[in-house]
Amino acid sequence: MQNWIDAYSWINIRFLLQGLSVTILISVISVVLSFIFGSVLGIVRYSKIPYLSKIIGFIIDVIRNLPLLLIIFFVYFGLPAFGFKPDTIPAAILAMTVFESMMIAEIIRSGIMAVDIGQMEASRAMGMTFTQAMWHVVLPQAYKKMIPALVSQFISLIKDTSLATIIVVPELMQHGQVVYGQDPNYIIPVFVAMALMYFVVCYALSLLSKYIDHRMA
Amino acid sequence: MINLLSSNWHAFISGFGWTLLSSVLALFFSLIIGSLFAILEVVPSKILRIIGNVYVEVFRNIPLLVITMFFYLVIPLYVVKINGFTAGTIGLTIYTSAFIAETVRAGINSVDIGQMEAARSQGMTFWQAMRYIVLPQAFKYVIPPLGNQFVNLVKNSSVLAFVAGFDLMYQGNAIASQTFETVNTYIIVGLFYLVITLPISYYMQHLERKLA
Repeated sequence: MQNWIDAYSWINIRFLLQGLSVTILISVISVVLSFIFGSVLGIVRYSKIPYLSKIIGFIIDVIRNLPLLLIIFFVYFGLPAFGFKPDTIPAAILAMTVFESMMIAEIIRSGIMAVDIGQMEASRAMGMTFTQAMWHVVLPQAYKKMIPALVSQFISLIKDTSLATIIVVPELMQHGQVVYGQDPNYIIPVFVAMALMYFVVCYALSLLSKYIDHRMA
Repeated sequence: MINLLSSNWHAFISGFGWTLLSSVLALFFSLIIGSLFAILEVVPSKILRIIGNVYVEVFRNIPLLVITMFFYLVIPLYVVKINGFTAGTIGLTIYTSAFIAETVRAGINSVDIGQMEAARSQGMTFWQAMRYIVLPQAFKYVIPPLGNQFVNLVKNSSVLAFVAGFDLMYQGNAIASQTFETVNTYIIVGLFYLVITLPISYYMQHLERKLA
């Protein structure tokens, strides 16, 4: 019989919530960093700078098409061979940032492409430089269009942090494993609690995204 | 790197095979389940719509790893003993079916409502109209996103490594820990994934541009 009452003791629930806070911490840091790097990479790819845009585009395509789990392994077990040995949480953040930057770069690029080319041309004709036109005219319009895609990428980032349990990052999934590892009768209750915690965070974000999208349209 | 590849060729190829098999099986079953739930989301019955909606929202907002580990640990406890490959493929199927349901629903909604109305006015039932008129048109719009879902599936199948599913990632880890050639092993594993994912995602980009 599954032991729901003992599984949901305050000590266990608190431990799961601590895991959830690490999950959120890693997700937020990674998404902020990825947003910055992703914007730069996306704009560079869009700008068609000779060679540079092609090379960056290829790197984006390669990393986007690899499993995140492989990148986590590579960062945590592979980088020490180059004399850099990150701790578990920084390793998770680094791996997530590398992967998500590429995903966000593609979102940014397609967002920019969705802005009418006339906006850029008109700004250039008014005497703005490419950078000015991008910053003041094109990007503000592009980011508005991208909000749903960016939020759903953020949701998958939050879900993907669970993969970091393989390098024993103390996030929600790992804390869950510790709790149900004590007793097989905790398995179902703990999974229900974990699923609920992930669901609440992710679903709230998706509702928020729908709301913002609805208000802007 | 060539040495590493040739001396572990068998393990890499068998991992590649299991990864591919798991992805194809999961795609097949999640297409069926996903389409069913997509139709549930657009039927006239309110109860069925709610069921479809709840299924999609629940499984889209829970990590794949949680779903997979749940099946891996719980099915053997109450139902039958299953191996990691089966549990992993079931997890992948359920997770992906929620995303496919969303994709197919968007496809159905993009078919002009007049098509359904015209079919109904000709005396077809809702299901006949769906089956013969709406779905065939919807699938055309849905092919590029479905291709992208398959790419995601191949990448996501790496969670099989958590449940000893003998897939590419699992084999890669085994080889890395035997040979200590971590960097080279992971590069080779990455190349094996890219062999499947890169061509498909480039082809889907091409299709998207053609349809647009």
